[in-house]
Amino acid sequence: MSGKAPEKWILEHRLVPEHRVLSLEEAIQVLRRLGVKPWQLPQISINDPVVRLLNAKPGDIIEIRRKSPTGGVAIAYRLVVAFERRS
Amino acid sequence: MARDYEEKLKRLLAEAESMLPKSIFNELVEELGKASDLTPEEKYRVVEEVIRGYISSMAQPGEPVGTVAAQSIGEPGTQMTLRTFHFAGLMEFDVTLGLPRLIEIVDAKREPSTPLMEVYLDEAHRYDEKKAKEVARRLEYTTVEKVMSSLEYSLGDRVFRLRLDPEMLEDKAVTPEKVISVIEESGIGSVSQDPEDPLVLKIEVSEKTIPEESLFDYKIYKDLESKIKKLYIKGVKNINRASIRVLEESVVEDKKVREYMIVTEGSNLAEVLKVEGVDRTRTTTNNIFEIAEVLGIEAARTAIIEEISKVLKESGLDVDIRHSMLVADIMTWNGVVRQIGRLGVSGEKPSVLARAAFEVTVKQFYEAAIRGEEESLRGVTEAIIAGIPPKVGTGLVVMTISPIHRRVEG
Repeated sequence: MSGKAPEKWILEHRLVPEHRVLSLEEAIQVLRRLGVKPWQLPQISINDPVVRLLNAKPGDIIEIRRKSPTGGVAIAYRLVVAFERRS
Repeated sequence: MARDYEEKLKRLLAEAESMLPKSIFNELVEELGKASDLTPEEKYRVVEEVIRGYISSMAQPGEPVGTVAAQSIGEPGTQMTLRTFHFAGLMEFDVTLGLPRLIEIVDAKREPSTPLMEVYLDEAHRYDEKKAKEVARRLEYTTVEKVMSSLEYSLGDRVFRLRLDPEMLEDKAVTPEKVISVIEESGIGSVSQDPEDPLVLKIEVSEKTIPEESLFDYKIYKDLESKIKKLYIKGVKNINRASIRVLEESVVEDKKVREYMIVTEGSNLAEVLKVEGVDRTRTTTNNIFEIAEVLGIEAARTAIIEEISKVLKESGLDVDIRHSMLVADIMTWNGVVRQIGRLGVSGEKPSVLARAAFEVTVKQFYEAAIRGEEESLRGVTEAIIAGIPPKVGTGLVVMTISPIHRRVEG
């Protein structure tokens, strides 16, 4: 993975939904509401360009507001994990 | 009484907002606003009915959504075209469509067999064909080979004669001077224009490159020839061709306004987005891996959904988008794009039997035996192989009669 930081404008791309790092309190609330353990959430790599822009750490939970063709807006959560991309 | 229901309606709507998907809720509120002849009580009943309808149409707990999605995509897939089609357009591009493309997407191939980009233009370049053409020229990967008509040399005199093609120079907007500076910067030798014909360039190679003793060494000349041909003039790597399309035609103030876009053969999202004149918010590629790398896993998820729906739609198949969404969700589950198959989703199942049921059965058993894997028979595939009720639907719940009667006191 190259050390160069991704450019800020990728966040404005049509395909990139809004990402937000949850605070610890929010994260606990979300996990309790969904009734899951953190590792049961979908994951997102620490090397993901959007995660790098957000400066999230492994273990953080990211809230994603997806534009859904069926539901208007759908909120999803991903757990930041530290692993190298298999590329 | 009426006020009573107004209060209740407000509370129910607040509840509905947290429960219903945004699009349904917005439509509901809008329709309620229009229906002025309904009493608050009737409105209350309508909202109640909408919520009931929504809940009853949700996927039931224990519903095998994956199996349903696989069947819903798989069955229409049997009717799909197996051939690669030519795309009928101004410039003809080869585009993989139908089943081969669908397989490419779910197999998460690193490179699509026909990489393609849809490049949208920014405000300044969008409405003018000339400016669009400028951007297209900036994109197209141009080497010396693309603008020349011949390159001649004879052994023993260290001279290459390069003849440029005037039509190609015009098309790619390259001047002979540009070609001269490119060749000279590469350090191959000094270049001079033929005084009689400005399109003929004489390249004199230095003694260092071709020393005296190998003056007649054919291999050195051959290497130099291909080196000159491959010299980079301008453009973005991997973009082989760029052609302009009319995206939209509209009439503004009695004037025809055309919006242009560029379709390219070959794909390089990271570099194309940096080119001046390109709209960074809309430009996409059909290479899912490039999207994942440049824009992140969530963008890749959206791209997978769009690509699958596009293929299905072009083949004239009506498959609910929710199935494609589930496929995309699974493929991007652990933060990288995985294929649906032996090397991806199916190969990472914890159960030996489930993996063996998919592909390369014997190899799976051998490896499982070497590692000493256990089979807990908890998944659907394993249960069916073993002949026990799978944990799906009503098989999910187990009911037993408790023989201990607890006395309730008080």
